[in-house]
Amino acid sequence: MLGKLTWAAIPFDQPIPLFAAAFVGVAIISILAWITLKGWLPYLWREWITSVDHKRIGIMYILLAMVMLLRGFSDAIMMRSQQALAFRSDGYLPPEHYDQIFSAHGTLMIFFVAMPFVIGLMNFVMPLQLGVRDVAFPTLNSVSLWLTATGALLVNISLVVGEFARTGWLPYPPLSEITYSPGVGVDYYLWSLQISGVGTLLTGVNFVTTILKIHAPGMTYMRMPIFCWTTLASNLLIVAAFPILTATLAMLLLDRYLGFHFFTNEAGGNVMMFMNLIWAWGHPEVYILILPAFGVFSEVISTFSGKPLFGYRSMVMATMAICILSFSVWLHHFFTMGAGADVNAIFGIASMIIAVPTGVKVFNWLFTMYGGRVVYSTPILWSIGFMVTFLIGGVTGVLLAVPPADFILHNSLFLVAHFHNVIIGGVLFGAFAGYTFWFPKAFGFRLHEGLGKASFWCWIIGFYVAFMPLYVLGLMGMTRRMQHYDVAAWRPWLLIAAGGAVIILAGIILQIAQLAVSIRRREELRDETGDPWNGRSLEWATPSPPPTFNFAVLPRVEGRDAYWAMKQRVRQQGRLSEEPAYTEIEMPRNSATGFICAFFATFMGFALIWHIWWLVALAALGAYATFVVFAWRDRVEYIIPADVVARIDRANRSARSDALIHVPGAP
Amino acid sequence: MSAFEAAAGRGDLNHVGYDRESRDRRYPADELVSKRIIVGYGFWIFLLSDIVMFSAFFATYAVLVGATAGGPSGRELFNLRNVGIETACLLLSSFTCGLASIGAWAHRGCWFYSAMAATCILGAAFLFIEVHEFVGMVARGAGPTRSAFLSAFFTLVGCHGLHVTAGLLWLLTMMAQVFAKGFRADILRRVLCFGLFWHTLDIIWVAIFTVVYLMGVGQ
Repeated sequence: MLGKLTWAAIPFDQPIPLFAAAFVGVAIISILAWITLKGWLPYLWREWITSVDHKRIGIMYILLAMVMLLRGFSDAIMMRSQQALAFRSDGYLPPEHYDQIFSAHGTLMIFFVAMPFVIGLMNFVMPLQLGVRDVAFPTLNSVSLWLTATGALLVNISLVVGEFARTGWLPYPPLSEITYSPGVGVDYYLWSLQISGVGTLLTGVNFVTTILKIHAPGMTYMRMPIFCWTTLASNLLIVAAFPILTATLAMLLLDRYLGFHFFTNEAGGNVMMFMNLIWAWGHPEVYILILPAFGVFSEVISTFSGKPLFGYRSMVMATMAICILSFSVWLHHFFTMGAGADVNAIFGIASMIIAVPTGVKVFNWLFTMYGGRVVYSTPILWSIGFMVTFLIGGVTGVLLAVPPADFILHNSLFLVAHFHNVIIGGVLFGAFAGYTFWFPKAFGFRLHEGLGKASFWCWIIGFYVAFMPLYVLGLMGMTRRMQHYDVAAWRPWLLIAAGGAVIILAGIILQIAQLAVSIRRREELRDETGDPWNGRSLEWATPSPPPTFNFAVLPRVEGRDAYWAMKQRVRQQGRLSEEPAYTEIEMPRNSATGFICAFFATFMGFALIWHIWWLVALAALGAYATFVVFAWRDRVEYIIPADVVARIDRANRSARSDALIHVPGAP
Repeated sequence: MSAFEAAAGRGDLNHVGYDRESRDRRYPADELVSKRIIVGYGFWIFLLSDIVMFSAFFATYAVLVGATAGGPSGRELFNLRNVGIETACLLLSSFTCGLASIGAWAHRGCWFYSAMAATCILGAAFLFIEVHEFVGMVARGAGPTRSAFLSAFFTLVGCHGLHVTAGLLWLLTMMAQVFAKGFRADILRRVLCFGLFWHTLDIIWVAIFTVVYLMGVGQ
């Protein structure tokens, strides 16, 4: 009846996961109870859960990323403290638990923190920057969100019911094969990634179509803000790379469930094929994450320098060059495979070539700041912190791209330090810069500057203290993922690294405080004009928060930095442009399809993990029925009448007029 | 409540609309790219991603084709006559699928239904022959667990077969939908996507026919 699921699946003997789960469970139940008591449940259902508005979906993606960041970071703290304690002792985490923690840490941070964060930012910002009302497929967007949430939920269920993978964040066979990992841990990993992978792929399809087919009049490709270009590049990579992940994980699933021989040691299976396939997805994946962050930095740096971005065309070229080159370097993740000197040399050189367009970008950012009046607000602090940190990460990356050096450093903490250097210093700093930058657009008030800056300093100092010692340890020969060790010389460095993690923890606490304080003081932090930073692109032409239809009349774009040009015109002429003729607007209706689909997907994933076949069939049927019901709808859109559009836009125009020409009450 | 909302006079900006019968345009003031183009384009992007997934299975097959682990190779297993009939069924079904699209576009019900029914029968015949082939191979002890080559074979060809199965389910759903709703603009867009899907399966089958069967027997 319940497949492999028995009471033994719940780790009653392990206090740490049990207490963690109990804590999370109590937290979830109390939040739910609070929401229900306050009577907010219908509001949540109507306005958020079933919303197909790209702005709300974006906000929910980022919320998911932030919650998962807390979980992923607790794993990090446990790993650092274990390694600080486990000198000639077992520490406090038994090996089978420690292995699950580093696997869950990597999986969560990449798939359920970094991915939803950048997808959330792209979701919120890209249609606004293009000057349009929504993405190409709004309901599909909601499906993507909820399937991603399903994946995150399954990983977290593994904390209490059963176990998570002990194989690292990429389940290398033969360890991940059923012979060596007979438990459900790898299955949790595989199914949660397959389900959330579908969501990510659909996002890619949706966004590529939006950028290539839907813009405001006059928004030609070479007039798009750089963030839209990097979003395009990132989503092209999603469309081209995620199917490879799906295929690879499907093969591992077939090996595990049906006894196939793709990656086994017997019957002709080929283990190294897994490494090739997974990195043919995995290397583009790191660019899927970093390219949107590059876009954020481009917007932030040009806005806070008060200058157009230096070298727009070269920025576009560099972005697309990275997009293509990212598919030609996957082998540098396993130079030690033994492909031979020629092959290794080709991939080593290709990896170094990628540093060239990245270098072009860094110089463009520097030249944008050069000669500008740089306003040192929190977003630009993150950007400057990124440039310094990412540069170091890039240099160590080029070092790792030299095959002989890689033979020494392969699988060491040097590698761990390198990729945290680029992912924290690049993706996460970019996500935080974007979060601070666009927060007032999303909620109508700014985040507290002082706490934001304090958090930035804790993060960047904590980062260096936590990860620079890992470079040293890597050069001293310490391999990654060690549960205990007996080399006395390593210990001081590991203690310093643990201290760094504590400083980062302070940064995170300050970020939570920043959010709480900003919400309390929202009246004094209010963004009245919709343009708090003197922005350049079209999102700042909308009120904060933007109405559901974004633009009352689609803006006419006549050049780059479209909103900046509009502001210049208004200032020169001393008045706003003529009031447009308002017409009614049709917007897509809410839909529960995404949520219900994900509901069934959760049960299907869980049932597949535990071999509960009847539930698999039932959930698949449910998901299919949901789509049929969706396809049978007759009314898919609703109308916003012209007079309401006019009223909303007139208010926005009056706020603009006050801010730009200082004539209160002007139309 | 933001200053803007206060200025706007009342209420939540997300509650300013009312219902009306569905229409086929979204940007009345600025007629942009039509929905048909957007949907077709988006579906093509999805199909490209599907082709990427198949290319991963093709690459795997190419790597493992020699890894027979002492078991049978393609030369001993493949029956080109059956595969030929299979191919004919699928290619013909693509033709009838095209006829169904024309019928839908011309709003000709009986044309549409009969061409879709023919597509369904041909697709089902294809699947029947494929399943028959698979069952025969498993019965001979040449199932997917026998060798890495057979794992790759069953996965590549089976993945295409699963796509055809999903396509048949979609086909029947589309027939039911046209029956229930008529040739509405949104239904026609789905017929367009279904057509693209079905023709893409043909393209992939041509590659399977060549790489797996013809080259397999030729070796």
